[in-house]
Amino acid sequence: MSTPARRHVLPGFRLSLGFTWAYVGLLVLIPLSSLFLKTFSLTWPQFWETVTAPRALAAYRLSFGASLVAALVNVVFGLLVAWVLVRYRFPGRSLVESLVDLPFALPTAVAGLTLTTLFSSKGWYGQYLEALGLKVAYTSVGIAVALTFIGLPFVVRTVQPVLEGLDADVEEAAATLGATPWQTFTRVLFPAIYPALLSGFTLAFARALGEYGSVVFISGNMPLRTEIVPLLIVTKLEQYDYAGATAIAVVMLVTSFLLLLVVNLLQRWSHRRFEVRPGA
Amino acid sequence: MHSWLVSSLLVVLALVGCSKSSGADAASGNSVTLLNVSYDPTRELYVDVNAAFAREWEAKHGQKVSIKQSHGGSGKQARAVIDGLEADIVTLALAYDVDMLHDKASLIPEAWQARLPHNSAPYTSTIVFVVRKGNPKGIRDWEDLLREDVAVITPNPKTSGGARWNYLAAWGYALRKPGGTPDSARAFVETLFRRVPVLDSGARGSTTTFAERGLGDVLIAWENEAFLLTNEVGQGRFDIVVPSVSILAEPPVAVVDRHVDKRGTRAVAEAYLQFLYSEEGQRLAAKHHYRPRSEAVASKEGARFPKLKLFTIDEVFGGWRKAQAAHFDDGGVFDRIYVPQAR
Repeated sequence: MSTPARRHVLPGFRLSLGFTWAYVGLLVLIPLSSLFLKTFSLTWPQFWETVTAPRALAAYRLSFGASLVAALVNVVFGLLVAWVLVRYRFPGRSLVESLVDLPFALPTAVAGLTLTTLFSSKGWYGQYLEALGLKVAYTSVGIAVALTFIGLPFVVRTVQPVLEGLDADVEEAAATLGATPWQTFTRVLFPAIYPALLSGFTLAFARALGEYGSVVFISGNMPLRTEIVPLLIVTKLEQYDYAGATAIAVVMLVTSFLLLLVVNLLQRWSHRRFEVRPGA
Repeated sequence: MHSWLVSSLLVVLALVGCSKSSGADAASGNSVTLLNVSYDPTRELYVDVNAAFAREWEAKHGQKVSIKQSHGGSGKQARAVIDGLEADIVTLALAYDVDMLHDKASLIPEAWQARLPHNSAPYTSTIVFVVRKGNPKGIRDWEDLLREDVAVITPNPKTSGGARWNYLAAWGYALRKPGGTPDSARAFVETLFRRVPVLDSGARGSTTTFAERGLGDVLIAWENEAFLLTNEVGQGRFDIVVPSVSILAEPPVAVVDRHVDKRGTRAVAEAYLQFLYSEEGQRLAAKHHYRPRSEAVASKEGARFPKLKLFTIDEVFGGWRKAQAAHFDDGGVFDRIYVPQAR
């Protein structure tokens, strides 16, 4: 009989660890490594040529750029929405609560069609914006709009619980000690919500990078101008160029993974800093 | 005990077990099922064909047939079959996609296209223009699409099989007009694509862009899609303009040999495709705006399918494989049209 060196409060650690490995392995690890295997049918120069073609470079720039813009917009306005939802009671609040999740539930094609209808030159928003000289549909602006739409719930839903956990007393105490509202925000509130905001940003950014359904409708898919990376992968598949498609997919996969890793480390670091603060 | 190992194995076994339940139940007893993997705009056509064929087959053989349909982009559907979707029949938008069933997965013999009459394409279509009611820009023929004041809507040939027909139709027109050369054809197509403000990923997307978003002055489309748009979707809002010359679009059909032999459905699958060439099959194709091959049926349709000069892919491009390699594969002519210009 063997006795475990350390006893856990809940039993079944080994059983659940085994399950975790098998589950993650089958669903994530093996499918993704098959992607790498497919890419190996290319020689290194072929791979390099595929992933650095001018159209591929333009697509990376667009995908990463528009996703970054969308995630940043969501950080600012998502925080605002979360703040309003947590701190104020107003008629229609529960309606706003459920509307925030809608981009999650909506098939992305529906989102894409709807946004394109609104922002095209004859649409409700588009006709006025175009009169002001701003073309949204079929430009990179439109892509950023679509990516902002699908990323909205991430920031709101990660920041909201943290804000709920913060007592209003803390702000009041800061105010009675003579802090200006700005000082209260930067010194008291922001450090507490910063880690959550960062994860919200990461999730929104990661989601935007992989988004296909809503973007193909609003982007217009013009080579070198409004062609996103996932579309490029689809065009490779249409030529039955499986290896080329996976080569570009691998680039996206590795970059996304590195980005997630960096943000995770950043988050842990900032979290520790926050935890250490006395009196928290 | 390595209970973590045991539980990993259990999960794996459970998942493997789940996928082991489909079997060879296709042709057993008094009923048979077929799967027809097709492309998007044929949905309504095959609803009618399936019902008519099932009636005929049951009357002749006393066996019930139910035919399942699967629709999507032509290339995507072909990839699904290559990756293991057990289609008995494929009815796709271009022969290149069917060729790949042989090249990538050896599901059919190389000479599949010679097995049925008319290049295995029981019905045809062609590429025409849809313009706004009354034709305000006065568009008559391919030349008009190059005018600076004309915006042209067509999908992206890299992602849409339908768009490849559009592109090749324009190329063939330019090549065959008096004084046409490969260089002038390329210049023609390049200018044409400069008039395109948006490249949707599929044909239906372009139709939406043109009809619902109000973008563009002319939509390049399959004739059957054009009929659908002018007769049913946007009644009274659009006109069809038939150019002087266009391409003969031949959407091919094929039995997937490896699957019908495995499932024991060859006889009924082959009869199904033959049915498309029968008078009733041809009539249904015409009803859904495809041009019938049968002269008898076509003559009854009268003026619905105007006569125009038609050329085939084989005549002008030497077949789909060559057309695909020269024009649409990476580094082909279409890509070079969009290569960043040295500014």
